[in-house]
Amino acid sequence: MDLLRFITCGSVDDGKSTLIGRLLYDSDSVSLDVLAALENRPTVHGTVDLALLTDGLRAEREQGITIDVAYKYFTTPRRKFIITDAPGHVQYTRNMVTGASTADLAIVLVDARQGVVEQTRRHSLIASLVGIRHFVLAVNKMDLVGNDEMVFDQIVADYAAVADQLKLPHVTAIPLSALLGDNIVTRSKNLGWYTGPSLLEHLESVPAFEEATIADARFQVQYVIRPQTDDYPDYRGYAGRIQSGTYRRGDRVHILPSGQESVIEAIEVNQQEVESAAAPQAVVIRLADDVDISRGNSIVPVGSQIHVAKELEATICWMDERPLWPGRKLLVQHHSAVVKAVVSAIVYKVNVRTYGRAATESAQLNDIVGIRLKTASPLVVDSYQQNRATGSFILVDELSGDTLAAGMVDAMQNSFVPEPLGFTI
Amino acid sequence: MSTPHFDYLDRLEAEAIHILREVAGQFERPALLFSGGKDSIVLTRLAEKAFRPGRFPFPLVHVDTGHNFPEVLAFRDKLAAELGEKLIVRSVEDTIKRQRLREPGGKFPSRNPLQTYTLLETIEEFQFDACIGGARRDEEKARAKERIFSVRDEFGQWDPKRQRPELWNVYNGRIQRGENVRVFPISNWTELDVWRYIQRENIPLPSIYFGHPRTCVVLPSGQLLGLNEHLRLDETDEIVERQVRFRTVGDSTCTAAVESDAATIDDIIADLLLAKVSERGATRLDDNISEAGMEDRKRNGYF
Repeated sequence: MDLLRFITCGSVDDGKSTLIGRLLYDSDSVSLDVLAALENRPTVHGTVDLALLTDGLRAEREQGITIDVAYKYFTTPRRKFIITDAPGHVQYTRNMVTGASTADLAIVLVDARQGVVEQTRRHSLIASLVGIRHFVLAVNKMDLVGNDEMVFDQIVADYAAVADQLKLPHVTAIPLSALLGDNIVTRSKNLGWYTGPSLLEHLESVPAFEEATIADARFQVQYVIRPQTDDYPDYRGYAGRIQSGTYRRGDRVHILPSGQESVIEAIEVNQQEVESAAAPQAVVIRLADDVDISRGNSIVPVGSQIHVAKELEATICWMDERPLWPGRKLLVQHHSAVVKAVVSAIVYKVNVRTYGRAATESAQLNDIVGIRLKTASPLVVDSYQQNRATGSFILVDELSGDTLAAGMVDAMQNSFVPEPLGFTI
Repeated sequence: MSTPHFDYLDRLEAEAIHILREVAGQFERPALLFSGGKDSIVLTRLAEKAFRPGRFPFPLVHVDTGHNFPEVLAFRDKLAAELGEKLIVRSVEDTIKRQRLREPGGKFPSRNPLQTYTLLETIEEFQFDACIGGARRDEEKARAKERIFSVRDEFGQWDPKRQRPELWNVYNGRIQRGENVRVFPISNWTELDVWRYIQRENIPLPSIYFGHPRTCVVLPSGQLLGLNEHLRLDETDEIVERQVRFRTVGDSTCTAAVESDAATIDDIIADLLLAKVSERGATRLDDNISEAGMEDRKRNGYF
């Protein structure tokens, strides 16, 4: 049994929470006491309001909207699913970016009566920007348009333009009614003209995790294990998670950014030596040479096309109430590496409706902008397009510690690709 | 090129180990909050996988309510000794005396709310900057929205509207003086995932998780509460002898038992697949009080 993480996105009242409630309910993932708590609450339709299964915080119940990312879980005999429920309104784009960053698939929900709206375009852009490859266009509330195939076809055609513009790799359109459960778990007679899979059938069959496992080998040191005990006087293990690809015993590797070279002497998983290990395994790597390595350093096979860079071009989603201006000093947290940096330029702002770019002086909350970053010490990066793990970072306020932005590397300037032997920065 | 296959438990495990190592890398004085319950026992197994052959970079910290099950306390001491790791125990009893707090009254006096005081005192005493806990998002609706790295102010308060966005698997533990971070490595695990992991890893548990005969009080709701000296019984209370087990391990005064013959982990998983009542719903008396019960307590510094 494997694992699929997906995000649901849509405008207010598209029925996102109802859809999730329906998936949980129909897959028997809701317990009786939780249902009883729901049944004690007044509802509009006189039936159990499935949306209440996900609206967790009191403010949300009071306002009847979802204001933060919520995570829900359900399991079928084929898969464990982690659902990220991201809010729909304009001001909470940052939560959608947050939710989308860990997702393998995005369900873009549209109301059959409304069709593709500005929010649909915005959510599709964000999901594609953070590298989601699988999209489901879920045309909800089909019951309210008389289950009309023409309505569905029109929306699919409208969305094809969006998918085309964003170059979305895989899009599957499904007509459904979350409220009635049509085409959620089983295919519905009400939508007999539709011959594709139900939503759940599709979610169960989409390939998960294809990218990280086949990408080039990447590993960042999180923690150095040095027991210094009688049993292990000289043991020095580099603990971390394989970010992508496969590592093998005997691999020649570069330690970056320093550029030193060594050979993998052992790979340990739970204190057992293994011949090879792959993403996303958490491992300990031991090297043949006594080299100087600390947290945040990368260990990659010699010959890797990874970049050691102090100047980056990146797309960021700005998540702080106070706007970003050029010249701002902050921290870049690139997974386990943290370096000081300055935003040397804000190059453009993305129009989330037209997907066009326009010049801008500053970035406001929820803006998606292209920036240039100069870092005080080098980072070991790939472009986000190449590698979702090593191309992603966050910007952090040095004083408050707040997370200011999600960043994705587009390009590196004046960078080095490490070469075998004798390479130094 | 063939790709290795990883089970969902492998993925959850790798994520949790990654989170534990981030705690070790980012904080000066972390601690692992250890209750003796199955979730915190799983955390210790994950910590072994993360840090062996080295020592844990944090002590185990237990907040003892004084109402804990004796079997669980014995198990706690045995496990800490076997691991060879430092165990710090601080008691609610002492906090009550020191801060002149009022003992909770009522028929089933729960010291759960007072645990928060002791926890905050302990954090201050040892200057812990990160506390690792075994909470899971599937336990409750407010928890479903909490980050894996959850920043608390110096009063331990959680502000759901000021949560940091948590992107990819980049965990931001940067804090100001006085603040601390609660870290939940098994956020994405469900109760069933935890049991399947315990089964797969063959992890020993305290005996009260398995079916055993126990003298119980029957509550008005029909729930069963193990008889103990802290309960204030009335003459009309119905006392019964039943074969029971516990699904969670909390205060003995507010953790109900479920009737069960389950003798092994396999039996428990079979039980669970049939069970129709959630873990907290089945066993916690305190969350039912208001629908927002957990949210209120978390805002006030509860785990």
